[in-house]
Amino acid sequence: MRYLFTHLDDLWALTVIHLRLSLIPIVLGLLIAVPLGALVQRTTALRRLTTITASIIFTIPSLALFVVLPLVIPTKILDEANVIVALTLYTVALLVRAVPEALDAVSPTVLDAATAVGYKPLTRMLKVELPLAVPVLIASLRVVAVTNISMVSVGSVIGIGGLGTWFTEGYQANKSDQIIAGIIAIFVLAVVVDTLIMLAGKALTPWTRATGASARTAKPKAGAAA
Amino acid sequence: MNFLQEALSFIFTAANWGGPAGIGARILEHLQYTVIAVFFSALIAIPLGMLIGHTGRGTFLVVTGVNALRALPTLGVLLLGVLLWGLGLIPPTVALMLLGIPPLLAGTYSGIANVDPAVVDAARSMGMTESRILLRVETPNAMPLILGGLRTATLQIVATATVAAYASLGGLGRYLIDGIKVRQFYIALVGALMVTALALILDAALAFAVWLSVPGTGRMRRMPQPLLGDEVVLESGKQAQTTSVGRYERGDPSPTVEG
Repeated sequence: MRYLFTHLDDLWALTVIHLRLSLIPIVLGLLIAVPLGALVQRTTALRRLTTITASIIFTIPSLALFVVLPLVIPTKILDEANVIVALTLYTVALLVRAVPEALDAVSPTVLDAATAVGYKPLTRMLKVELPLAVPVLIASLRVVAVTNISMVSVGSVIGIGGLGTWFTEGYQANKSDQIIAGIIAIFVLAVVVDTLIMLAGKALTPWTRATGASARTAKPKAGAAA
Repeated sequence: MNFLQEALSFIFTAANWGGPAGIGARILEHLQYTVIAVFFSALIAIPLGMLIGHTGRGTFLVVTGVNALRALPTLGVLLLGVLLWGLGLIPPTVALMLLGIPPLLAGTYSGIANVDPAVVDAARSMGMTESRILLRVETPNAMPLILGGLRTATLQIVATATVAAYASLGGLGRYLIDGIKVRQFYIALVGALMVTALALILDAALAFAVWLSVPGTGRMRRMPQPLLGDEVVLESGKQAQTTSVGRYERGDPSPTVEG
């Protein structure tokens, strides 16, 4: 614990790197996966193709991908860009399966109603279907965010920066205090990011809270009746 | 490219496969860490998930526990474990279990909790005891999700077992980490390719197991079981897919649920 409080400058610098490496891929991944997922939702063949491609990408171990990517794209072997591209690939791979499933879950009556009041397909997608798919998306996004944060820390064994360097340094110097500081810092970082995404999801879907409140008030009545 | 050719020629040279530091031995070490970690994760997560899914108590524990375990960094726990307990099987097993438990627990829990309540009530009204309901009705119906969790757990563990090499514990990560350290990138590539191949093979095998386990399809020859249990299992599998709501309200538990 003492290490953590005596190295606050390092903590800040490493946290910034860690967040940059793990969060940029999430933003890029969302920008790619949401349009792609919405596009392939109704075309069975394309959808199957993206699902299969996504599961194969997801099967490639992250450490291996960090090393293999420089062969495929023009980057140097220990470049930060490799990590960002690799984690973006994972984010897309996970979300591109979740987006069509989230859209499937939107009730057909809602879609019909939206069409009936005059929504064109594109505006219906943007204003009705995607907002209703937000809860499922948020759930996958939380898993992606926490996984990315932990993957970046694993990357430190092949020289990638971030809070994981406290593990490798602490191990080499035989300082368990430094490793514990790293575990605490990464744990807190993951929990904070996870909570922020969850809160963002709640802010984006005010209607779920309204039904939740009415369900809560309805419960005691049912209990009293029984 | 050049690295790729060198890496492939390294892999396809028979001399590199034998011996205590050959590719064969590294694969075995890697599989050993994977199998032990998956086994102990399953030993903890599956019974716990079955219990929580069946009783419906402790759902909060599953959600928080799964998120908290996911947030703990594997590498940190592994290296701390090595400093505290020394080299051996315990540090990598504990560290990799952090990755294995969340998907197994989530899969088992949601598999059991999402079995059609009409099926469970039917089994209960036929006089099956709670433990028989859990083992003979709910578990077979939940099998695809449980095995799906096992698949994710295995995938994560086999991918991350690579870090064991950083603590001088061997496995395929040796090539990856040594290759980077001595700047012989084709050796790192050998490790990357071998780990990827291993992950793809294990994942395909488990995907096949999930496909086999879908209840009511008759894909999996069941072990000889007492006649009644077998019938109930098969019927409940079919029912889960064919019954519509309507006959009686699905969400409404029958009086026997609590008892």
